[in-house]
Amino acid sequence: MSEPLHETRLVVNGVPRTVAVPARRLLSDCLRHDLGLTGTHVGCEHGVCGACTVLVDGRPMRSCLLFAVGVDGAEITTVEGCRSPGGGLGPVQQAFQDCHGLQCGFCTPGFVTTITAWLRDHPDPSEEQARQAIGGNLCRCTGYQNIVASVLRAAELLRNQEEAAR
Amino acid sequence: MKPPVFTYHRPGSVAEALDLLAQVGSEGKVLAGGQSLVPLLNMRLAAPRHLVDVNWLAELDEVSSGEDGVRVGALARHARVEHDRPANQAVPLLGQAIGDIAHTTVRNRGTVVGSLVHADPAAELPAALVLLGGSMELASAGDGTRRVAAADFFLGPLESAVRPGELATAALFPRPPAGGGTAWVEVARRHGDYAVCGAGALVVLDQDLQIASARAALISVGPVPTPADLTDALAGQPHDAADWAAAGRLAAAATDPDDDIHATAAYRRHLAGVLTARAARAAAANAADRFAQGAA
Amino acid sequence: MTTRTVGEPIARREDPRLVTGEGRYLDDLGGGALAAAFVRSPHAAARVVDVDVSGALEVEGLVAVYTYEDLEGPMAEPLPLLIPHPSLHAGRTAYPLANGVVRHVGEPVAMVVARDRYLAEDACERIAVTYEPLRPVVGLDAAVAAERTVHDDVPDNVAAHMVQEHGDARGAVAAAPHRLKLDFTVERSASMPLEGRGVYARWDAADRSLRVYSSTQTSTSVRFALAARLGVPVDRVEVVAPDVGGGFGVKIMHPWPEEVLVAWAAIRLGQEVKWTEDRREHFVASAHERGQRHHVSVGFDDEGRLLGLAVEFVHDNGAYTPYGIIVPIITATQLLGPYKPGAYRAEFRSLYTNTVIVTPYRGAGRPQAAFVMERTLDAIAAYLGRGRAEVRETNFIQPHEMPYDHHLTFQDGRPLIYDSGDYPATLDKVKKLVGWDEFGAFRAEAHRDGRRVGIGLACYVEGTGVGPYEGAHVRVETNGTVVVATGLTTQGQGHETAFAQVAAETLGVPVERVTVVTGDTRRFKYAVGTFASRAAVMSGNAVALAAGKVRAKALRIAAEALEADPDDLEVAGGTVRVKGAPDREIALETVAVLANPLRYAFDEQTKLATQFAVGRGVDAPPVADDDEPGLEATDWYSPVRSTFANGAHAVVVETDPETAEVRILRYCVVHDCGRLINPRIVEGQVHGGVAQGVGGALYERMVYDENGQLLNASFMDFLMPYASEVPKVETGHLETLSPLNPLGIKGAGEAGTIPAAAALAAAISDAEGLFVDTMPISPSELWALRERHARKEDR
Repeated sequence: MSEPLHETRLVVNGVPRTVAVPARRLLSDCLRHDLGLTGTHVGCEHGVCGACTVLVDGRPMRSCLLFAVGVDGAEITTVEGCRSPGGGLGPVQQAFQDCHGLQCGFCTPGFVTTITAWLRDHPDPSEEQARQAIGGNLCRCTGYQNIVASVLRAAELLRNQEEAAR
Repeated sequence: MKPPVFTYHRPGSVAEALDLLAQVGSEGKVLAGGQSLVPLLNMRLAAPRHLVDVNWLAELDEVSSGEDGVRVGALARHARVEHDRPANQAVPLLGQAIGDIAHTTVRNRGTVVGSLVHADPAAELPAALVLLGGSMELASAGDGTRRVAAADFFLGPLESAVRPGELATAALFPRPPAGGGTAWVEVARRHGDYAVCGAGALVVLDQDLQIASARAALISVGPVPTPADLTDALAGQPHDAADWAAAGRLAAAATDPDDDIHATAAYRRHLAGVLTARAARAAAANAADRFAQGAA
Repeated sequence: MTTRTVGEPIARREDPRLVTGEGRYLDDLGGGALAAAFVRSPHAAARVVDVDVSGALEVEGLVAVYTYEDLEGPMAEPLPLLIPHPSLHAGRTAYPLANGVVRHVGEPVAMVVARDRYLAEDACERIAVTYEPLRPVVGLDAAVAAERTVHDDVPDNVAAHMVQEHGDARGAVAAAPHRLKLDFTVERSASMPLEGRGVYARWDAADRSLRVYSSTQTSTSVRFALAARLGVPVDRVEVVAPDVGGGFGVKIMHPWPEEVLVAWAAIRLGQEVKWTEDRREHFVASAHERGQRHHVSVGFDDEGRLLGLAVEFVHDNGAYTPYGIIVPIITATQLLGPYKPGAYRAEFRSLYTNTVIVTPYRGAGRPQAAFVMERTLDAIAAYLGRGRAEVRETNFIQPHEMPYDHHLTFQDGRPLIYDSGDYPATLDKVKKLVGWDEFGAFRAEAHRDGRRVGIGLACYVEGTGVGPYEGAHVRVETNGTVVVATGLTTQGQGHETAFAQVAAETLGVPVERVTVVTGDTRRFKYAVGTFASRAAVMSGNAVALAAGKVRAKALRIAAEALEADPDDLEVAGGTVRVKGAPDREIALETVAVLANPLRYAFDEQTKLATQFAVGRGVDAPPVADDDEPGLEATDWYSPVRSTFANGAHAVVVETDPETAEVRILRYCVVHDCGRLINPRIVEGQVHGGVAQGVGGALYERMVYDENGQLLNASFMDFLMPYASEVPKVETGHLETLSPLNPLGIKGAGEAGTIPAAAALAAAISDAEGLFVDTMPISPSELWALRERHARKEDR
């Protein structure tokens, strides 16, 4: 017996998408497999590691703890949507490269989305604040030090961008 | 770790939700924040046949503060309540306790009411509700709305007084009494983890800034939040030089902790004393501050 | 213009795709593949009486269900025992699917293949397995007592028993002026990469060829193993390690049951099959490590000089021994650290328990070894009232004593001989970095404020770059790009960058022109794998050697083309020039064209090449006997033995007098891994290693109950540290080149992890005035230790 499918509309990285998914389809799986956006990664499926973090209407949430049907109509931003408008690396992404903030890269998308949202409210963070900002995401490779540096560097790049725009 | 099949319902109104819940009874669960429920589904530790998704019931997404205290609707996310200024001015304990819940990302989706209904013995908000003598509003299709006092709401580990077919629609956190100050202190293994032990304290000062009464509520030291009356240990003493350790001993004596993989019962009991003393001291200081600011 | 790149902290080439979500990890591949899932034993020990799959057949989207009965030939045999050893007298391995008995929770019993993972799990739930539970053996005490056995034919639960010794240690201990007996326990933990295991298999029936992607640390070995198990000719099997989300050792183990079964199912079904491990599976079906218990007998003189050291330990190897006894062998030999032990004896028994198998996890037995040795030295210092640094300095192997032969056999089967290192300099540097000599003043000030602080220190030696070999292939394409391939794999170590730096510098090309492929048997077929801090040493040198050969060939051809002597030529910026005559030059890509005497001029490059007259004349073949077409070369690096890195950690902690929580105030690392290809990458490895070391010292343990149930099989209860738990690491470097390889490199991958628990235990002990002998230690345990100490119930 087939599971009923629910038509679900999402705006993902600015692009309207429609999928027909079972109710139990996790948003993480919907993004990865139904929409082909494999940048969002799955590390635990119980909400602890944060690798699956995406922005839902601008706020970071664990996509492994959301059903796609449960965010019908929402605007989702994934790591793919954190590029710069011209298609190059966005400031957070650039900062990670500048600061060697990643090694295997598996946890990185969750950090990128989380930090992208956080910097909107904290444009000039201290090192301690930067460490708190990333306190809900696990990384097994880097020991976090260079990720903290990446947060500060991203803030700097954003401030430079803003100044250049003025 | 994929969830099992369930039938998904998205009611358009609270009335519709209540009808659905009445129909599905114990085979249904409410889906609000999902931060506690969905992990259980993913691990197939729970397999409700029906999920009733209340996330579209805008009327439940409210936080209102008044003379009586703060009313938190079922859909109000932890993050919203944590940063709601009127709510935190009326009931500072809310922000103090919510700040220790998991991480920001979880707080963006999880709800205050959901956490209360989940009734985890290591969760902060049940203790906050008990400490302040708050209550829960439960609605059902047949029986209208009933209120359950915090003292009667938490029945056991992960067991609340919500009956099948009921929807918890709001939590009511009363203001601390005049002259009262609160504080929350906890010890967790990692930042954001469930507490190994936690203590909320409410200390009420008289006009001379002496302690008139004091009480605490502790978590992770029993199947439900453990209340403790600290008045005998602290009454009549100056707010900044009271026998906090005695208050701690009173609280520790009230606990009934278990051993688990993170800590022994003995250590938890010890922490109960230490954290109650710290929370009481901080609560008294907060009370004095409020006096100073004329916020009584 | 070519600049020096080896030694430069250049940005990583792999980052742009990884930070934008364009990485290709295992589960990102195979979008159309069927999904596999497994029914796994819920019992730690049981007979499998019956497997009733009928319930699963109703699940829509089910494609197949397999049990042991479906396996034939080599598939029905136990999985290989990869590293046999004479001391492993009772090695045992598992069947890919349980054959009548299960020996740990998580052991696979049946495999389901379905349209997607959700449906596959639905089907698994409906498979009814009838078990006859048996009482399991859990924990080292139960294993040693052997009232019950894990394997019926191993009555004492002992898989291996080994003694390594040099001199008469027991005699030396007995005759020494002073002696101590000490016991240490290290609890089980695990690698726990953020990406679990995964296998994606494609069988091409027309071609009769198999391609398997696996999240592995050794694609070349998986290839051989699969070919053997599946009966497919090796040259029809290719294995690719895609982007891998961390390994830390657990992915060196192979072939997993899932690796052989998924490939086998793909062949049987004629469809692509993919299995992505979930987190719960990773906890109960991959591998753990670290669990050991040590008893030390040490004899020393008035200065704390070691005269005799006898160590007996037991090692919990879980239910099977597919990876052999590498871990306890490493413990036994690396326990010596940077010291001269006098007479030394290490004896271990590796025992079965009804728990997950044990294979290497970053450090691979060294963290346990460092813990034992460093705590022992601290105990000696306390006993004699001497300084802890002093006692270490007294026992160091001195630089002039290098190479130092311990007269023992290392894990690679070769003599344990330290090649180089300046241990006194390392210790001195870390003491300065942390302010060791000034700590007393800080402690006194803290004490006045009612705070408890302590300082600890630990030194280590790490055998790295273990053989037997690695190889590399380097080719200059006719468009000027340089393509490098090596067979070992990558899980975040930045190989695409580091190896490009080596090739670029050796060849004289800009690093941007170099691309590197690792872990793909289609590109390089002979390799060992990435583990034991060996990749930079092994493949780094192989790349250098291969690139060197390419450079030599390029100079030979260019010399002909430019009518010059090869010795008068230099290569820079991708162009070969006559030194001092800048107009006499030829681009490397043109040399590449010239290296391939073709009949056909099919593109611009080949046409351009005709302006140069090279060739050997009409009386000689265009390609000489000892030559080949193309500007490319393969070379190999095979070391005579391992090369030994070293380092020291010093930490300052504060303990809460009431709650016994531990806060790390400072974490200092000095390490010496010889020449650094990319200092930023090395530093990142140290940071990550320290984080795992901190985890192992204060947070991480696998907790089994007496029924063999893993009580903390989730990230909620297995406490990997967040950023809030990991300190900022201050690093200092020394560079003592390795004399054993052309680049002078030593390995760095495990440096951060090895001494962390020892250093933290030392600092906590110092803060508290008691002796921590178990790792990890939680606040609850520290508090209990305090209570016992106050009641004088500890030593």
